[in-house]
Amino acid sequence: MKQLLRQIIQIFLARPVARLLIGMDVIGREHLPTKGPAIVAANHNSHIDTLILLSLFSSRVLPNVRPVGAADHFLRTRTLSWISRNIIGMIPIHRKNAGSGEDLLADCKTAMAEGKILVIFPEGTRGEAEEMEDFKTGVARLAEQFPDAPVVPVYIQGAGRVMPRGSKLLVPFNCTAVIGEPIKWTDQGGSEKYTFMKNLKTTIEELSEGAPPMQWD
Amino acid sequence: MNWLTEYLQSIPAPLQIGFGALFALLVSGSVLAVVLPRIKPNKWDDLKPRMQSWWVMCGLLVGALLLGWQAFTILFTYISYIALKEYLTLAPTRREDRGVVLFAYLMVLVSYGAIWIDNYMFFLLVIPVYVFIASAVMMALTKRTDGFLATSGILQWGLIVCVFNLGHVAFLMRTPAAEVPMAGAAGLVFFLIFVTQFNDMSQYMWGKIFGRHKISPNISPNKTWEGALGGFVTTGILFVVLAPYFTPLTFWPSVWIGATLPVLGFFGDITMSAIKRDLGVKDTSQLIPGHGGALDRLDSLMFTAPWYFHMLAYFALERF
Repeated sequence: MKQLLRQIIQIFLARPVARLLIGMDVIGREHLPTKGPAIVAANHNSHIDTLILLSLFSSRVLPNVRPVGAADHFLRTRTLSWISRNIIGMIPIHRKNAGSGEDLLADCKTAMAEGKILVIFPEGTRGEAEEMEDFKTGVARLAEQFPDAPVVPVYIQGAGRVMPRGSKLLVPFNCTAVIGEPIKWTDQGGSEKYTFMKNLKTTIEELSEGAPPMQWD
Repeated sequence: MNWLTEYLQSIPAPLQIGFGALFALLVSGSVLAVVLPRIKPNKWDDLKPRMQSWWVMCGLLVGALLLGWQAFTILFTYISYIALKEYLTLAPTRREDRGVVLFAYLMVLVSYGAIWIDNYMFFLLVIPVYVFIASAVMMALTKRTDGFLATSGILQWGLIVCVFNLGHVAFLMRTPAAEVPMAGAAGLVFFLIFVTQFNDMSQYMWGKIFGRHKISPNISPNKTWEGALGGFVTTGILFVVLAPYFTPLTFWPSVWIGATLPVLGFFGDITMSAIKRDLGVKDTSQLIPGHGGALDRLDSLMFTAPWYFHMLAYFALERF
């Protein structure tokens, strides 16, 4: 029942908002994974990012897509928590517990083992609008565990302008998603986690050159 | 099927023929889109998505024309919104302007609201006068002064071409049927859009075949004098020949509009090209596969629509 509700809302509410109200240009759609386990890693500037990434998937693939978000943010209130878990299908990460010995990625690993496609923002936070922060190593740790799962880099442009951090006002501007070729842990020759994340970040930065020029300051 | 036959017969004859001709063009274009890539691979590959997009655009247009002014106004409200959003996505704006941009989007609704309630004066004044004042005031209140003039000018430019100029197309649909017994208000609108697109295409064809002397190499390198003049003459003749079937224009006014409208279309085209050069893009978005963005398709109509409207108003229509 919840699964059905989630699909209806994502297809008939979230997708029209992304495509008809905000407007999306997609470059490299053929690189998008159609089955899990897989990871979609994107830069993060806005809550709109999740909406944009979810709108890229076909209705058939969508039920398998799980965005990963911060528990301290999305589980703040009961309503928000319910919506995040059941409508967005979010896997919460308790980032505050980092370093306590607890495996923060346990839920992500389970989902990957079940063949889900995870949507992860490796910056770990939205940061300043239209600027990229350093990457955390979560994606690399998941890739190490699932060395054959494709990690698909995505550069999102414009979401930070539609709804920057700290703003509650949604102002539509066209956004562009540039999807790059998948990277696999095995192809990297079992490299070290920081190198993997550095490569991922460089790749996403390179993808940004494929987006149209944006003049906003 | 009786109701269908009756319904089709209720469509004015010129429109029946016009829609039929459009259908024939789409079918032959689609046949070419299948045949040509087989004869010469790579050269005609973009024809297929281009034709598919034409089917969608013509389908939306004909559907809205048949459903009446309400559906047509809704369609053009959305088209104006898409065009304005595309423009403001590419044009430089500042962080502080997000609120004014949202205000501009809302003014699309207000401008088309004037069409909905059939208030011509309100339509003429709201965007060029009052939204002009209000948006400038809102920007002044953001307290950021660097780039004020540039950004408020950019916003005004977008509102005029995307909302005010395009709005004229929708307002034509409110022409009383008694004034246009030939093909109704839908005939007037169909004729405008058909002539504008025909003009684009015939300029392109003439340019492809006879083009030698470039008009403005640094704005639009494909535009040639041969293409432009050939297109103007062909479109002008088509306009004068077909005007009696779609408009209440008499002969000499139709010659005047036939001679000037294609030139306006050309100017709309190169103006948008200049803007795209300025912003450093080739297409304004990828909204329409094979064509580019909404602005790429609407550029000529943004200039022909108000001219056609006001010339009709001056020479033939009592309502405006």
